Amino acid sequence: MSQLNLHLKVWRQNGSQPGHFQDIDAPDIPDHASFLEMMDIINERLISKGEDPVAFDHDCREGICGACSMQINGVPHGPAKATTTCQLHMRKFRTGDTIWVEPFRARAFPVLKDLMIDRGAFDRIQQAGGFISVRTGAPQDANALPIGKVVADAAMDAAECIGCGACVAACKNASAMLFVSAKAGQLNSLPQGQPEKDRRTLGMVRQMDKEGFGNCTNQYECEAACPKEISVRWITKLNRDYAVAAVKDAFGNTRKEAGGGD
Amino acid sequence: MSLNSNIPSGPMAMKWSTHKQDSKLINPKNKRKFTVLVVGSGLAGSSAAATLSELGYKVKCFCFQDSARRAHSIAAQGGINAAKNYQNDGDSVHRLFYDTVKGGDFRAREANVHRLAEVSVNIIDQCVAQGVPFAREYGGMLANRSFGGAQVSRTFYARGQTGQQLLLGAYSALNKEIAGGGVQMFPRTEMLDLVTVDGHAKGIVTRDLVTGKIESHAGDAVLLCTGGYGNVFYLSTNAMGCNVTATWRAHRKGAFFANPCYTQIHPTCIPVSGEYQSKLTLMSESLRNDGRVWVPKNAADCGKTPDQIPEDARDYYLERKYPSFGNLAPRDISSRAAKEACDDGRGVGPGGRGVYLDFAEAIGQYGAKTIAERYGNLFDMYERITGESAYKRPMRIYPAVHYTMGGLWVDYNLMSNLPGLHVLGEANFSDHGANRLGASALMQGLADGYFVIPTTIANYLVNQKPGSITTEHPEFKKAVENCTAQTKRFLNIKGKRSVDSFHRELGLLVWDKCGMARTKEGLTEALNRIPALREEFWQNVNVPGSGDFTNPELEKAGRVADFMEFAELLCLDARHREESCGGHFRSEHQYPDGEAKRDDENFSYAAAWEYTGNFSQPTLNKEPLTFDEVHLAVRSYK
Repeated sequence: MSQLNLHLKVWRQNGSQPGHFQDIDAPDIPDHASFLEMMDIINERLISKGEDPVAFDHDCREGICGACSMQINGVPHGPAKATTTCQLHMRKFRTGDTIWVEPFRARAFPVLKDLMIDRGAFDRIQQAGGFISVRTGAPQDANALPIGKVVADAAMDAAECIGCGACVAACKNASAMLFVSAKAGQLNSLPQGQPEKDRRTLGMVRQMDKEGFGNCTNQYECEAACPKEISVRWITKLNRDYAVAAVKDAFGNTRKEAGGGD
Repeated sequence: MSLNSNIPSGPMAMKWSTHKQDSKLINPKNKRKFTVLVVGSGLAGSSAAATLSELGYKVKCFCFQDSARRAHSIAAQGGINAAKNYQNDGDSVHRLFYDTVKGGDFRAREANVHRLAEVSVNIIDQCVAQGVPFAREYGGMLANRSFGGAQVSRTFYARGQTGQQLLLGAYSALNKEIAGGGVQMFPRTEMLDLVTVDGHAKGIVTRDLVTGKIESHAGDAVLLCTGGYGNVFYLSTNAMGCNVTATWRAHRKGAFFANPCYTQIHPTCIPVSGEYQSKLTLMSESLRNDGRVWVPKNAADCGKTPDQIPEDARDYYLERKYPSFGNLAPRDISSRAAKEACDDGRGVGPGGRGVYLDFAEAIGQYGAKTIAERYGNLFDMYERITGESAYKRPMRIYPAVHYTMGGLWVDYNLMSNLPGLHVLGEANFSDHGANRLGASALMQGLADGYFVIPTTIANYLVNQKPGSITTEHPEFKKAVENCTAQTKRFLNIKGKRSVDSFHRELGLLVWDKCGMARTKEGLTEALNRIPALREEFWQNVNVPGSGDFTNPELEKAGRVADFMEFAELLCLDARHREESCGGHFRSEHQYPDGEAKRDDENFSYAAAWEYTGNFSQPTLNKEPLTFDEVHLAVRSYK
C-alpha cells in the first residue's frame, strides 16, 4: 500500500445560497481507501481544525443504494467505468493529482448542502406510474405465468438501475430519459406490466417533463456514465411505448373505462 | 413481569390459520380513521406501509435516507427462501420450518417460525405479480439455488441483487399508495424518540435532516421497521446510517430488548485492509455453491502466493470437518472455522486474517463464462475493492458482522410489551433464534410486512379510539423538549475528538470482547470500559455546525450516543448466557472438537431485558421456549 498526496477542489454550498470551490490539501491518502473514505479522512482533518466538514450523501458503500452522487473531475462517479463513487478506489489516482469534486448538477436536483442534492423528482416520477397495481394477497401462483428467460433477463437488465442520477448529471440537457426508460421499460416488457403500460408510460414521461428535466438529444453520455451500464436501447423502447400511448390517448383510448355491463 | 407471547393454541400447522380466523376485523369505513406510523422503509417497512394503506389505514412512513428505495435491504445479495418445492426435491413448509428452527440453534419461537415458512410461498407470488424479475429457466419457470444450512434448493434470486429487486418491488407498492394518497412519505427524517401515553405507544419525535426541525407525529399505533444494530461494532456490512436509535429509544421507554447477544458474523466478507476503513463488504454466501474454502496446511506456506501451494498442502477445512454440508455449512459454523484457522496461524493476506475462497475447480468444470454469469457482479466488486481478479487467484475472505438476530421482544402479533408498539423485520427478535440462515432475512422482512402485521394489527387497534391522542398532549411536548435539549447538549460540548473516533473505539472493543468468541473475563472487561468511554464521549466529543440545518455529524452523534448505551446491554446479555448457541459462542462452553455446547436445561429461553434507569442493572425477564415439533438436539452439520 502506498500513500498519495492530492489536492482537492471541493464545491461548498449552503442551500440556495451561491456556492464556491474550496481548495483542500489532502496529503497521505492510502491508495487502498475508497473515494468516500478519502472524504472521511478529509472531514476528520477539517473537524480537528474547527472547520465545517463537507456534506455528502452516502449509505451502503457497496454500490447498490445509489445515494452517493459526486461529479469527480467533471464525470459523474469519477473515472472508473461502471463504478459508483463509493466503489471508486484511490489507486485510480496518482500522487500530485488535483481532483475536482462537485455535486451532480441539474435544475431538477437542487443542491441542499455541498455535495448533497435533492433527488425527490425521481420518487415523484415513480409515483406517477412506476408500479403494477396488485394488492397484497391477490396474486396467482408465481409459476402460473411462465416468462421466457430472455424477457426476464432483459427486465432484470433494466431493473439494475440504482436511481443515483448519474445519467442526468452526464447529460448536457439534464435529461432523465435513461432513468425513466429503465424504470418504465422493466415493467413494460413483462407480461404483468401490460394492462397499465400506456398509463404508466404517459404518467412517468409527463411527470419527468413537469420536474424540469431536459429533453433527450441522443448523445448517449448517460449510458457511458451509468454505474450499472443501463443500455440506451431502453430509451428507444420508451420512445416507442410513448408514441403508441400518446396516439391512443389522443383518441381517448387510455382514459376510456369499460362500461358497467348489462 | 411475565411475558405473554399470545401463541395460539392448537396444532402447529393450524396455529396461523386459526389465529387469522380469530383475529379482529375493523370495518373499511373505520379503518380510515386510524393512523399508523411506520418507521423505516426497508422490506418490512415498505411492505407494511403499502399493505396497511391498501387495507384503508392512514399511514405515515419515515426514513432517514433521501428516498425510501435506499433502505439497506437494498444491499441483500443472495436470495429469498420459500417452500415452493418447485424443484421437486422434497421441500415443504414443514422442512423449511424445521431447517430454520435447527439453523437458529433452537432459540427461536417455534410458532413464529412455522408461520414464516407458511407465508413464504405467498411472498414469491406477490413479488412476481409486482414485476420482480427473478431468475428463470429457459422454460419460463422460476429458478432456484442452494443456500447454507439446507439440503434442498429453495432460494429464489435475482442475480446477485435479490434484496434490491425485492425492495424495489415493495417500494413500487409504496409508491402506488403514496400516489393514491393513503401513505404520506417523510424521507430524510430520522426518529429520535418514541412517545408513550399511559403506557401505549402513540407517537414519535423526528428530526428533519434538511431543515433540522424537530417535530412530533401522533398515531394510533407505531411500527418500528428499523433494522438491526450491527453498527455497534463500527465495522460491519451494514450501511453507514444503520443504527439502533429507534429500538433503543423504545427500550428506554419500556420496550424489552431480547437476546441482543445473538449477532451474526458472516463468513464471506472482504478482509479489513486498513485503519481508514469505513465498512466491510459482503461477498454473497451463494459463492459457496461453487467456491471452495481453504487455508494452507502449514503456517509456513502462508506467505506464498496461492498458486505456489500444491493441492496436498491445502486444508479444505469445511469439507474436512463437515463432509455432508461442506462449504455450505451455516454461517456461524463457517465463521468460527475461519477464525480457528487464522488463530492457528494459517490465515492468509495482510495481518493473517483471511482465508481463500477458490473458484479454480468450478472454472475448470463449467468454464469462466458460466461462473461470470453466476457471480460476475460479485467478482467485479471484489476486483474494484481489492485490485485482484478472482478469476485468476482465489478471493481472500474473512468473517464480518452482518446481521443481528436479537431485537425488541414481540408477541405472536408482532407487538412489543408496550401496547401499540409493533416491531417488524430485523428489528424484532422472533424468528431466527441464535443464528439466521442465508436467504431468510428477506423472507422475514416481507412476511412481517405483507402478511402478518396487516392481520394482527387489528387486534390492538380494535380496542383503541382512533385519533384520541394528538401532538397537543403534554407527553409530546415533553419528548420534543428532551430531543431539542439533547441536540443542544451535543453542540455545546465542543470537545477534542470526532464522533467517528469514538465509534471506532467502541466498535473495536465490542468486536474484540463480544465478537466471534466471547469469554466471561473479556466481557467483564468490556463492561468496565464501556461506561468510561461513554463518559468521555459526553465530555469530549466535537460536534461542529448547528442544529438548524443539514448536519451529518450531529446525526452520527445521536446514533453513536445510543450505541454507547446499547453496547453495555449487548455485553451483559452475552455474559449472562452461560452457553454457546448459534452466533453466541462462549469459549468456556464447547465440546472437545470445538463445537458449540448449548445448555437447554438452563438457557432455553428468550432473554427480554427491561430498562431500569441504570444501564448496568437491567431486569431480566424470561420467555421460556418450548419445542413441541422440532426435538431439541445437538445441531450437527457433519
